[in-house]
Amino acid sequence: MTRQQLLDLYFLDARHRLIELAAFLDRLERAQGPADYRLKSFRAALVGLAGSKKNKTKTTLLAFSDVSTRPVTTAATQWATGAPPPKVPLPRRRARRLRK
Amino acid sequence: MRYIEPHAHMVSRTTEDYERMALAGCEAVCEPAFWAGYDRCSADGFHDYFSQLTRHEPRRAARFGLKHFCWLGLNSKEAEDLSLAEEVLALLPEFLGQPNVLGIGEIGLNKNSRNELRVLEMQVDFAARHHQLILVHTPHLEDKWKGTRLILDVLKNDRRLRPERILIDHVEEHTVGMVLDSGMWAGMTLYPETKCTSARAIDMLETYGREKLWMNSACDWGVSDPLAVPRAALEMRKRGHPPGAIERVLFDNPKRFLRQSGKFTL
Repeated sequence: MTRQQLLDLYFLDARHRLIELAAFLDRLERAQGPADYRLKSFRAALVGLAGSKKNKTKTTLLAFSDVSTRPVTTAATQWATGAPPPKVPLPRRRARRLRK
Repeated sequence: MRYIEPHAHMVSRTTEDYERMALAGCEAVCEPAFWAGYDRCSADGFHDYFSQLTRHEPRRAARFGLKHFCWLGLNSKEAEDLSLAEEVLALLPEFLGQPNVLGIGEIGLNKNSRNELRVLEMQVDFAARHHQLILVHTPHLEDKWKGTRLILDVLKNDRRLRPERILIDHVEEHTVGMVLDSGMWAGMTLYPETKCTSARAIDMLETYGREKLWMNSACDWGVSDPLAVPRAALEMRKRGHPPGAIERVLFDNPKRFLRQSGKFTL
């Protein structure tokens, strides 16, 4: 499909989702109290969306990923939260290499 | 349009869902063994579940002309308890010969723990010894990238396995490349919030080619859509994919992979 055709097909939906995202950030700004580690990951992922670099989906998913490589000792929970908790090391050099 | 639903947890769905899927062109449903939303108390719970998958669900599907197949194994969310895992594995030979059992699945990792990894290795060994196809669940959200890497390491290290007889499910843009590079098949799951939309699945098809990819709904007890696959077909049409190409992805691809089991017939 051409860029124009993709805009015709997806622009309104993407615009809608972007405004929802902006509203979510506004809501967080208005709210009181501390935020957990997920907000930091969220802001880091947002930075990756700006600019003309390719593979933005992969970059965003990696911003929300545990990029360590060793198994954890035990599964303390059965659930995922969507962002790596702070105890998980995020080696910056490795993460940078992965995003390329 | 005809399609195959290669991953649906029908024990959690209503009989009306079978009817809706049949109306939408579904010809076969494949149901991997999974977590019930709570931990079972003992291996007896799994015995009942495997009986349900091999005896009861095929009859429920047949009311609407649908073929029902299943995969058996211990899901990764209940794989922290090694003694339970051994008991569940001991049940598998009793059911493996049933005509609708396609292989071992969905096995894999959830939180990427040592015990989960050990249970994965045990089940992979079982599959290799019994010449079974393997269907692998990859972890959710932040754990997916790491879990997919660990899973691929286990599978690649077992020389008895042939990559074309393994499907790694729930891939996303950060894992699809490593799975396809390994020679294994990849499944894209159309599931709200935690996995992949139709638009993104089609992006991956267009980027990585359709040779070894399939799409599934993984509909279960959560908020999910048993008609996600035909909805993806509609999205492919909107993107200009011809009907033949859509059928190759949604019907021919799952058929090509599943036929290797020797039991998948339509």
